[in-house]
Amino acid sequence: MAKETGIVRWKDLALGCTLMEPGTAAELKTGDWRSMRPVTNRELCIKCGQCYIFCPDMVYSRTAEGYYEANYYYCKGCGICARECPKDAIQMVQEEK
Amino acid sequence: MGKRVGMEVSIAAAEVVGLCDVDVIAAYPITPQTHIVEHLSELVADGHLDAEFVPVESEHSAMSTCVGAAAAGARTFTSTSSQGYALMAEICYIASSLRLPIVMAVANRALSAPISIWNDHADMMMARDTGWIQTVAENGQEVVDLLLHAYRVAEDPRVLLPVMVNLDGFILSHMIEPIYMPDKEEVQRYLPPYKPALRLDPRNPMTFGPVGMPEVYTEAKKAQDEAMKGALPVIVEAWKEFEKHFGRAYHPVETYKTDGAEILLLTMGSVSETAMTAVDKMRAEGKKVGLVHLRLWRPFPAKELVEALQGAKAIVVVDRAMAFSTQSGPVCVEVKAALFDHGISTYVQNFVAGLGGRDVTVEDFEMMVAKTSDGLAKGLPMTYEIVNVRE
Repeated sequence: MAKETGIVRWKDLALGCTLMEPGTAAELKTGDWRSMRPVTNRELCIKCGQCYIFCPDMVYSRTAEGYYEANYYYCKGCGICARECPKDAIQMVQEEK
Repeated sequence: MGKRVGMEVSIAAAEVVGLCDVDVIAAYPITPQTHIVEHLSELVADGHLDAEFVPVESEHSAMSTCVGAAAAGARTFTSTSSQGYALMAEICYIASSLRLPIVMAVANRALSAPISIWNDHADMMMARDTGWIQTVAENGQEVVDLLLHAYRVAEDPRVLLPVMVNLDGFILSHMIEPIYMPDKEEVQRYLPPYKPALRLDPRNPMTFGPVGMPEVYTEAKKAQDEAMKGALPVIVEAWKEFEKHFGRAYHPVETYKTDGAEILLLTMGSVSETAMTAVDKMRAEGKKVGLVHLRLWRPFPAKELVEALQGAKAIVVVDRAMAFSTQSGPVCVEVKAALFDHGISTYVQNFVAGLGGRDVTVEDFEMMVAKTSDGLAKGLPMTYEIVNVRE
């Protein structure tokens, strides 16, 4: 229900808006308020992992080939990865609805 | 059996909180609240009260401690005043939104600047929209009774909201009065042990206070509003129950000599006792004056208030706090709105009196009634006026 969409009737909310399980922040889709998304140009990427290190939301993960991939479910589009990339391989691109 | 004692009201407040089997008290001392928590700390230190007393470094931490303790299932108490309330206000919203039945006594005091340690209702009005239930005491006995009532209401499974008991700073907090102090058995008969509906427990973990995205925040506030509105009948029920146990009756709106009254005074807090004296005096002079006393501030008992006020030719609302540049003081704004919503267009004159500890006397009430009577006769526009301000 609710967990994915957050859309519930007021009567369906638990007392004090409590969630009946722990660790629920992991399910919070922080990516849906993003206005810019980072896009990596793999031809420029040197697999240094700076984007992974500096990302404040742990969005990046390493692929089998050694590249770093952003998980847009959590990416807020802050642009820190693009700023820190020593090869300018990451571009911030406008999100489109 | 309890007994009748001569006691400072702050000490009596602390004593009755002690009788309520509180688990955690967190507080920072601020005038004129100090004696309440000072005495509680003594009760704990001397082994008379088996509770955790947390001496915090600020009121913000006091309320934070209460929120944490209440979330873990403890019965909690704190007390504050004025600037201290202002500092804890941030967490007060969280306490009510998380539906934690914390009880707090507020020794009402003016807000700075200029610095004033004396009584008015600025802090009570600041707490107006925090989602706390607010009751208002008129004398020392009522402070004791309303604190007992507060736990019963707050912890009722149908309510689960924090309750603030307002008592006028110094005028009540530092007064020595004859008080009927119940004993432990009497308190326990009235107040069942606290059984939290939800609580933080590592064996059954859950998330309190999660992020509320735009998709859910409105619904969360609606649920909270329904809880607040639903609290009104439970509050009245708890007072009826209180009357059965202790013989003293309380109502959201109380009246004094309102039969046949043409002009009604409306007051809140200890000033009501002075207003009663003024009503007695004016009645003796043949003036048709009565008093309506607001015991419950939140949830606002609009229907009960309109019932008490309808029929009067004019209403004199006495506010103890400013609402700068608005239509009137905070209480009067509510009164006017309630009357308007019920299609009643009585003449309402608002006076802001007793700011920052200035006395409100019997003569002041006579003046307010005279001015209102004059304004009604001359058809002057309804307005608000600060009593006795020097031009």
